[in-house]
Amino acid sequence: MGIREQLKENREKILSRWFESILKTYPAETVRFLKKTKDQFHNPVGQTIKEGIEGILFELTGEGEIEKITPFLDRIIRIRAIQDFTPSEAVAFIFQLKGIIREEIDLDRIGSEELLGLDKKIDELALKTFDIYMGCREKLYELKATELRNWTYKLLERANLLKEFEENFKSK
Amino acid sequence: MSKQPKPPKPDELAKSIEYKTPETQWMETPVKFKPGMWCYGSRPKYLEEVGMPNPREWSPADDDWKLPENWKEIVLDGMKDRLGKYRTFKLFMDICVRCGACADKCHFYIGSGDPKNMPVLRAELMRSVYRKYFTTGGKLFGKTAGARELTEDVIKEWWYYYYQCTECRRCSVFCPYGIDTAEITIMGRELTNLLGLQTDWIGGPVANCYHKGNHLGLEPHTIQSNIEMMCDDIEEITGIRIEPTFNRKGAEILFVTPSGDLFGLPGIYTCMGYLMLFHELGLDYTWSTYASEGGNFGFFTSNEMAKRLHYKIYAEAKRLGVKWILGGECGHMWRLVHQYLNTWWGPPDFLEVPKSPITGTVFENAKSTKMVHVTEFTADLIKHGKIKLDPSRNDHLKITFHDSCNTSRGMGIFEEPRYIIKHVARHFYEMPENTIREKTFCCGSGSGLNAGENMELRMRGGFPRANAVRYVHEKYGVNMLANICAIDRAALPTLMQYWVPEVDVCGVHELVGNALVMTGEKKRTMDLRLEPLPGMEDEEEEE
Repeated sequence: MGIREQLKENREKILSRWFESILKTYPAETVRFLKKTKDQFHNPVGQTIKEGIEGILFELTGEGEIEKITPFLDRIIRIRAIQDFTPSEAVAFIFQLKGIIREEIDLDRIGSEELLGLDKKIDELALKTFDIYMGCREKLYELKATELRNWTYKLLERANLLKEFEENFKSK
Repeated sequence: MSKQPKPPKPDELAKSIEYKTPETQWMETPVKFKPGMWCYGSRPKYLEEVGMPNPREWSPADDDWKLPENWKEIVLDGMKDRLGKYRTFKLFMDICVRCGACADKCHFYIGSGDPKNMPVLRAELMRSVYRKYFTTGGKLFGKTAGARELTEDVIKEWWYYYYQCTECRRCSVFCPYGIDTAEITIMGRELTNLLGLQTDWIGGPVANCYHKGNHLGLEPHTIQSNIEMMCDDIEEITGIRIEPTFNRKGAEILFVTPSGDLFGLPGIYTCMGYLMLFHELGLDYTWSTYASEGGNFGFFTSNEMAKRLHYKIYAEAKRLGVKWILGGECGHMWRLVHQYLNTWWGPPDFLEVPKSPITGTVFENAKSTKMVHVTEFTADLIKHGKIKLDPSRNDHLKITFHDSCNTSRGMGIFEEPRYIIKHVARHFYEMPENTIREKTFCCGSGSGLNAGENMELRMRGGFPRANAVRYVHEKYGVNMLANICAIDRAALPTLMQYWVPEVDVCGVHELVGNALVMTGEKKRTMDLRLEPLPGMEDEEEEE
């Protein structure tokens, strides 16, 4: 049985362990809420993470196209980029997948090439997480600047300061 | 019969054992100030302007907060005073049974996962001190009775967490005892303000409001010329010149709106909507450059400061001799009008019960406050067929409505804005039931938290709202988030840019202005943002 089949077969176990390991990065009192509350509007953090990792694993067991995986990664990282995490803590979850997969699948039944291929794919995702994380943080700084412009828009316009400001902050 | 769950295997059980030593109890875990989570301390000049105690340069990031020597006595005396004065405060300190119904209802808890953002625990931060100094059980049994000493660390913890609450009152909707945790935050802010712990973002608007009447300290000529500039844009769009009046004695109605509508994006478009509507009606109303602010950051400071700043609206109504007041799309202004005004002064006796001069409707609901919400006024106009509307001008918009905390939970305005939107536009979609109306999720930036330096906090707090917006965006293609609050109009665009950048933000009266067919107007090709109306893109170019 190839690695893809094994990933599919052990999907639930892998997802459950991966979810648990991400939840452990939150305070103990909160883990229960994030895990048990199924309503996606009541518990958007827990549900986004859950759906995100499901999407990532699903794509990994398929063609593994980075473009298809990116939206799932984005949703998880967009949350963790503004929570109480250092950059490394925010993106560590993607690396945890390697260890979990190794523990959950039968390594004797797959070739080392296959495992290397999967590792390489996860490394690609890890690189993508850095891009997404940085994108989120840069967005926050951009928002601080543009918000100030928007709040005083009419005053800047009156003082003929808008053009200069617009040039500095093109996007809205 | 349902299937019995399988018992766990030994290896699964072993994996589930947690080897970590237990975390310290919350009482023993001192607060750690994290970047992006707090606002700067107020500049001394702002405190001096309004006579608040302990003005000095300070930063929450410093170890030494330069508290007055007798800070502990000040806080405990302040608590004693308020426990005597405010029955709710005393009750809310005593009656919580810690059932936890509120715990997971706070948008800050949902977005951050920080247990001290659970409303029950946020309140315990203060209850523990209350028990220690004001209850026999707490005095005798200390920690066993949930009591703790008041220390500087506790003051810092209060400050950190009472400025991570937007006083939105969503938690209170779920409390079986009706405890309003926002009032505990309000007390937390009052008490820390006795030590000079105001934030700069609140202190500035308070001082400016006291001195000049509005948050930015705009002077009369600036307000007037800003509004006139909007009239220039309206003339470009409609061909109609509007000439509003300012500080006009003898007008029938005084119109008051948050100052964000006078200079900020997208608030100015909402303001253009008001101007167009009132002109079309031929309404006998006036603007005031003195009561030039509906917002009141005094409410985020102390009861006394809120009262002090709020009175200008009524003082101005009296000075100008108007019959009643029409209020714009504002949040906490309405909470103050609806829930505080009559306690402070009783119903104003120099005004008349508001009656729409256009429809003859008497606003019985505003009998005591003499102030009508502009969505009530406009919905009544539509109901009586008094304005001509072309909703197709908003056809490019798929709209959802965000209930602002103060107008929904604070005064029960749910239907009027929806009624208006459904008449001025043709594509309206509700967000999920547990995220709207009285269960609405806060924007995450209310109660003076809409500063720039606490952006991470705002993005966390606003995530549950943004998550529901994203749902209707993906399901129905929603691209516009309408609301009736100036803080929403200032804060939600930023929130959307981070979480759902495809969705823009507008006030309800911007949509009204777009749809309003004005007498003698030229063919409309642009919306209030000076962008081409649907199907008019080519005409724009031809012009």
